[in-house]
Amino acid sequence: MKRFLILASAFLLLSGCSNNWGWYVVDPTTNTGWVNLKFMASGAYYTIIMSLTAILISVVVGLLVALPGLSTKRGWRMFNRTYVEIVRAVPILVLILWVYYGLPALSGITLNVFWAGVLALALSDSAFQAEIFRAGIQSIARGQYEAAQSISLNYRDTMRYVILPQAIRRILPALGNQLVYMMKMSSLVSVIGLQELTRKANELVVSEYRPLEIYTVLVLEYLVLILIVSAGVRWLERRLKASDT
Amino acid sequence: MTIISMRNVSKFFGDFQALKDVSLDVAAGERVVVCGPSGSGKSTLIRCINRLEAHEAGEIVVDGTTLTDAPADLDKIRGTVGMVFQQFNLFPHLTVMENLCLGPRRVLGLTDAEARARAMSHLERVQIPDQADKFPRQLSGGQQQRVAIARSLCMEPRILLFDEPTSALDPEMIAEVLDVMTELASTGITMIVVTHEMGFARRVADRMVFMDNGEIVEIGAPEDVFTAPKSKRFATFIKQILNH
Ligand SMILES: Nc1ncnc2c1ncn2[C@@H]1O[C@H](COP(=O)(O)OP(=O)(O)O)[C@@H](O)[C@H]1O
Ligand SMILES: [Mg+2]
Repeated sequence: MKRFLILASAFLLLSGCSNNWGWYVVDPTTNTGWVNLKFMASGAYYTIIMSLTAILISVVVGLLVALPGLSTKRGWRMFNRTYVEIVRAVPILVLILWVYYGLPALSGITLNVFWAGVLALALSDSAFQAEIFRAGIQSIARGQYEAAQSISLNYRDTMRYVILPQAIRRILPALGNQLVYMMKMSSLVSVIGLQELTRKANELVVSEYRPLEIYTVLVLEYLVLILIVSAGVRWLERRLKASDT
Repeated sequence: MTIISMRNVSKFFGDFQALKDVSLDVAAGERVVVCGPSGSGKSTLIRCINRLEAHEAGEIVVDGTTLTDAPADLDKIRGTVGMVFQQFNLFPHLTVMENLCLGPRRVLGLTDAEARARAMSHLERVQIPDQADKFPRQLSGGQQQRVAIARSLCMEPRILLFDEPTSALDPEMIAEVLDVMTELASTGITMIVVTHEMGFARRVADRMVFMDNGEIVEIGAPEDVFTAPKSKRFATFIKQILNH
């Protein structure tokens, strides 16, 4: 295995030196390369905006689905289970196609590619958010609810001021994971034509016919975005921790 | 005047009966100490009074309100009855001041300034006004429990329930909490205190309640029950506690 890896990387390096590779398509020192790179990077706008919008929506929907899952009433819990089981069973790509092509036929509501993408990603992610929130809220000790009850807080205030602020601190790493996952899944929205990172790369591949080089840059683009997200989440975690020590 | 009346109250956890046909009347301003072996139903008894637990049989009337699941009644009861827990149950993500202000602001509708002023006066009363801006975890156990007492007082309850308030504390911190409770006892607030601190019971209690197996086995003025316990179980219990 080890030997194979060494051989494989040596092969890649050697072929990189040979004329089989065409790094010029993405070489920032040449004019074409620079234009191509700018073209590819401009897709970051939709990748970022779409992922952030979708995660905001899915966090809210996820919370609204998680709360009935914690109810003592069977009907509410059934609603939670049904939503989670059904929504997370649908592949994201299928959901994107369904929202974009199916929803107009079904309801007459036509969404542009951006909002169709946001809706599909948010819907899909909300099932996972619901599970994360449910686990996070369940991890808060019963004594916190009892203390809130003993000072007469109602359900809404108990959640808002006592339980959720503690639960969110605990689930922050999981929320960060979901955002990373969301950024990667957003590449699927390229199939309906949204000009995000993957779509831009595909278009460039069609005109330049240099898939290996262009997709390598695409991988790096996602890597950079996701490293930034990870750093941001860790910063937020540290800040929240610092605020209550 | 009777402020708490329990009539033939029974409470079950599944098949297990934690309270067996318990009756108890508490007068306004009275200080009652409840003791008994672990698992005898002391916590369950007082948790039924502010309906953290719902009883299955019998009747509980608190300050004129019969305890049911009706939300309006629940609000009334929780506004009348405060509770101090063994594990303090402070809100760890809020400062001491925020812990104290939350209820007055959200429930009683006080302004920010009013709530802070009230919180400060109660922090002075429990002798930790200088800790207002700290987080609970920065305080000692004794200080945390005094904050918890202040948090209850900020709601101006007529009845205050204590569930083993000093059991989670290191020995050197027990006295500071008991001192605060002794001071409170002199203010006319109705107190029901589950504790094994017999010195506190002798000093403060109007009546002692001894529970065993979900029943009230013995009840009476401390001087009477301590000197002449009627039941053998209570006599054995006191002996164990005092030798401890
Ligand atoms: N939520 C619960 N579920 C099941 N059993 C319980 C619960 N709470 C208390 N019990 C049982 O009821 C009995 C009385 O408990 P408790 O009132 O806490 O006793 P004490 O406070 O005197 O130690 C115990 O046997 C305990 O195991
Ligand atoms: Mg107990």
